[in-house]
Amino acid sequence: MLATHRLLLRVFVFMLVVLATGMAMSTHGTFKTWKRETLSSEARRADGLAGWEQVYSVLISPRCINCHTATNYPQQGDDRHRHFANVIRGGPEGKGVPALNCVSCHQEANADSTGVPGGPNWHLAPLSMRWQDLNDQPLSSGAVCGAVTDRSRNENMDGRALLKHHEEAELVLWAWNPGRRPDGTSRTLPPLTHAEFVAATRTWVEAGTPCPRTK
Amino acid sequence: MQAAFKTDDDVNLNRRSFLRVSTAAAGGLLISLFLDLPALAQEGNQAPQTPPAKVYPPDAFVHIKPDGTILITVNRLEFGQGVQTSLPMILADEMDADWSQVVAELAPAADVYKDPVFGIQMVGGSGSIAHSFQQYRELGAKTRAMLIAAAADRWQVTPDQCRTENSVVYGPGTQSTRRSARYGELASDAARKPVPEKARLKNPSEFRLIGKRVRRLDSRAKCDGSQKFGLDLDLPGMKVALIAHPPVFGGRVKSVTDNEARNMEGVRDVFEIPLVKGSGVAVVADRFWTAKQARDRLKIDWDLSGVEYADSSQLRTRYKELARTTGNVAVARGNDKAMAAITPANKIAAEYEFPYLAHTPMEPLNATIRFDGDAAEAWVPSQFQTMDQMVIAQVLGLKPEQVTFHTEFAGGGFGRRAVIDSHVPREAAVIAKRFRGTPVKLVWTREDDVQGGYYRPMHAHRVEIGIGPDGLPAAWRHVIVGQSLVVGTPFAAMMIKNGVDGTTVEGVEDTSYNIPNFHVSAHHPTVNVPVLWWRSVGNTHTAFVMETLIDELATRAKIDAIAYRRKLLKPDAKKLRSVLDLMDEKSAAWRNKLPKGHAVGISCHQCFGTAVACAVDVSIENKRPKIHRATIAVACGLAVNPLTIESQFQGGIAFGVTQLMAKGAITLKDGRVEQRNFDGYTPPYIVDAPVMVDVHIVPSTDTPTGCGEPPVPVISPAVVNALAKLTGKRYRSLPLMTI
Amino acid sequence: MATYRLTVNGQRKEVDVDPSTPLLWVLREELKMTGTKYGCGISACGACTVHVAGVATRSCVVPVSLIGGPIVTIEGIGTDPVGRVVQDAWVEKDVVQCGYCQSGQIMSAVALLKATPKPTDTNIEESMGGNLCRCAVYVRIREAIKSASQQLK
Repeated sequence: MLATHRLLLRVFVFMLVVLATGMAMSTHGTFKTWKRETLSSEARRADGLAGWEQVYSVLISPRCINCHTATNYPQQGDDRHRHFANVIRGGPEGKGVPALNCVSCHQEANADSTGVPGGPNWHLAPLSMRWQDLNDQPLSSGAVCGAVTDRSRNENMDGRALLKHHEEAELVLWAWNPGRRPDGTSRTLPPLTHAEFVAATRTWVEAGTPCPRTK
Repeated sequence: MQAAFKTDDDVNLNRRSFLRVSTAAAGGLLISLFLDLPALAQEGNQAPQTPPAKVYPPDAFVHIKPDGTILITVNRLEFGQGVQTSLPMILADEMDADWSQVVAELAPAADVYKDPVFGIQMVGGSGSIAHSFQQYRELGAKTRAMLIAAAADRWQVTPDQCRTENSVVYGPGTQSTRRSARYGELASDAARKPVPEKARLKNPSEFRLIGKRVRRLDSRAKCDGSQKFGLDLDLPGMKVALIAHPPVFGGRVKSVTDNEARNMEGVRDVFEIPLVKGSGVAVVADRFWTAKQARDRLKIDWDLSGVEYADSSQLRTRYKELARTTGNVAVARGNDKAMAAITPANKIAAEYEFPYLAHTPMEPLNATIRFDGDAAEAWVPSQFQTMDQMVIAQVLGLKPEQVTFHTEFAGGGFGRRAVIDSHVPREAAVIAKRFRGTPVKLVWTREDDVQGGYYRPMHAHRVEIGIGPDGLPAAWRHVIVGQSLVVGTPFAAMMIKNGVDGTTVEGVEDTSYNIPNFHVSAHHPTVNVPVLWWRSVGNTHTAFVMETLIDELATRAKIDAIAYRRKLLKPDAKKLRSVLDLMDEKSAAWRNKLPKGHAVGISCHQCFGTAVACAVDVSIENKRPKIHRATIAVACGLAVNPLTIESQFQGGIAFGVTQLMAKGAITLKDGRVEQRNFDGYTPPYIVDAPVMVDVHIVPSTDTPTGCGEPPVPVISPAVVNALAKLTGKRYRSLPLMTI
Repeated sequence: MATYRLTVNGQRKEVDVDPSTPLLWVLREELKMTGTKYGCGISACGACTVHVAGVATRSCVVPVSLIGGPIVTIEGIGTDPVGRVVQDAWVEKDVVQCGYCQSGQIMSAVALLKATPKPTDTNIEESMGGNLCRCAVYVRIREAIKSASQQLK
């Protein structure tokens, strides 16, 4: 009974998202279907950069950036504090150390009754994909963009692959289904819906993944 | 060295206690202690008796079974300190028992098991060995004498022709001709012998177990999961109870919406329950997880009117102000005008702050009780059996002896299971009363524990020191502000003198440093936060203040930290002098070749009769102190089990690191505790503890003194004394948030 | 309520519980295996550590519905060659005090030694970094792991 309600609720929320996205698309130019040939390359770049800034706002949100640290530990919570109990990165795979692996607690799915988030292959992003400095401050938009688009650091993903990653990667999708905290409240979502995030990524990718200049 | 404890046969346990001997129901010898029943006393003059029909209250201390197994009853809680091994060692040594056949059992609550010094059954004040050493020796010696008497009778020889070893009595003659009998064979005959009034105790040179590094008896069971703790208890039909406590201490339930909780499968009852202060909502279910889920679903409207909202930052301001005024005087020695004569340049004024600290023993608090109308049975991991049993009886309308009280193994305690108001057993009894005939286990979750009060109190100290021309303190004025642990309790009469709670000023007022003009006073503000003794009690903060200031004075006088302490200690501070010397000797090698970026920190302190000196090797890693090594010297009289002492000190000093943890504080905001669990209140993990701890014991045959609490006070001052060398800063506010 | 089939220490068990119930409470209350301890309920202390499919797992936060492999607890680790050596080293070095955390410490130490038979001090601090011991007998834990490691060569 409860499960059916939840499912209905999810469908409803999804429809709202679709509607909202549609409205956003029709009212703002950002998400308009591209007519590449009619846009100047400069305008394309500007649109792409605007798309990127939206992507960036998601990447530096706690649900994403908490596992893209520059240190040897993950973070947790909206205040992005250091993960408790001395949890550390471990080897290059970022899965912790024996006896204190990520999967010692984080399972294939969220554990809402105990407040532990979970998803397939829970692990820290590699250091090459760090989006923070050693003081746990988010890197600038340009620096994160540089990291994300550098194929020597991003597992050789081109724009199309990045878009697919944002559309389908399970741990990316987790950010929009982050489960409940130990106190039963829902974790904060990223600032955009997943659909908006994908649309913004598409804009950016189709503009050739432009990056803002780093200072 | 002269033995200060009694090795003679002129000792007696207690004027009002008598040993009784009987045949155990299953055969063998049972030695029991009778209290206040002189008519039944058999000591010195008795006829053999059959075992008494009543099982409770029990009174046995030693039970030798026909198969040779020796069951020794331990008169106090085992919660890590090792008494379940060391008290039987003492008894077994005096009786020349075969250690491999010794089985130890924790005593239930009963008068005979009261601490001979405190007069109640309890663990605290580092008294386990200190108070029961003589008692267990005598029990062992008298048991041995009876076994010898039985053998002598059998062989028609005199007792003094017999000797004992490893649970065997040997008769006269050569190795090939002499007769021998195992204790198990003699037990039933020995049970017909009178308990001797006197029995010769061993000289220290004769000890076979005492003084040896004997491994714990409970080790294997604690390594294979078979050791049962209070929380592990499972009884037929047992229910589990949780309580929703008010968010502010003393709050009351105004109304509760519990439909959702009540409708959950496995929930048996939800009801308002009176607490020591205020009220809460109890949830009783078949299982823990059900009870917890149900409690999470309660919607409680609290009545917090008329309840003080304690707030750490406001308290800090209030305490600091109070510390600038003289409190109730604990010590006033020398010339009160001495300070005025010191020029400002030669004065130090130091203000210290300490937060509330939770004990957080690893096993969450719990108590299980079954109420049967005219009797009850309780299972509690308790440091305070006498009080807990009394309170349960009170709640249930019974006499204490109608409550069969089992002492369960406890997963740590550190004072948290010695609560004067017995609030956990009290709550459990209230619930059990409603569930007549059904055992109910009350569990305090970790959140309940962290937020539930009974903390080491918050403190402020203000110290003004006038330094003499020799660099030593010529005048010392010390004000301590902190809640009293015992005000308004039956302990107050004993522990509060001239308005000063001894537990607040201990470690300062009784300092062994020779300070001619010395003034110590205390304020005890009333705050709506329940407080409690925390392992080493007042010494947690007083030793920190004393040992950091002494270090500062030494630095200022440009005198080595150890030399300065030697200079300043009273001539009769023999124990402290001996540990300083031993620590100096044992740490000299590593202190003299420290790696770059490391510093040494020194401290020493005496409490509970035991003196400790500490040298630590500290560096700064990841903005935190890294304690590479600690060398500890201990003077605790005769070391009954040096292995236990070593372990107590290794663990105890790391326990003391709790005070230094960045998250080592309980804080309140608007009456609410801000931490919930180990993520917010974080005791030391392995990475925070010293990497290496070498413990050295000053050889002695003096009366043993405690080793449970004395390790704790020395570590935090030693570490910050080292940090001060590395950073040039003085650390006067705990927890150590930043370096 | 739902029925779950679990393999615990090589034995098949069937339990009928709410899917949200953490494995810890299934072990302790349904299967009456109390060697695995409740210390915090939020995976911050490690007292509840068991092995699931060979991985050290904090049973207090993992609902039984998410358990996907055979479980080994402190009651069963003694039949594992590494487990036995670790338990013996713990006894030999007289590690325990109150002993409440030691089931979890031992389960973590076994996981460490299976992956890293010759651990350095850093390895030990990292892998044992999430196991609290309030008696704080950390130096003896360290010593026992090193002793077990030597016997495992």
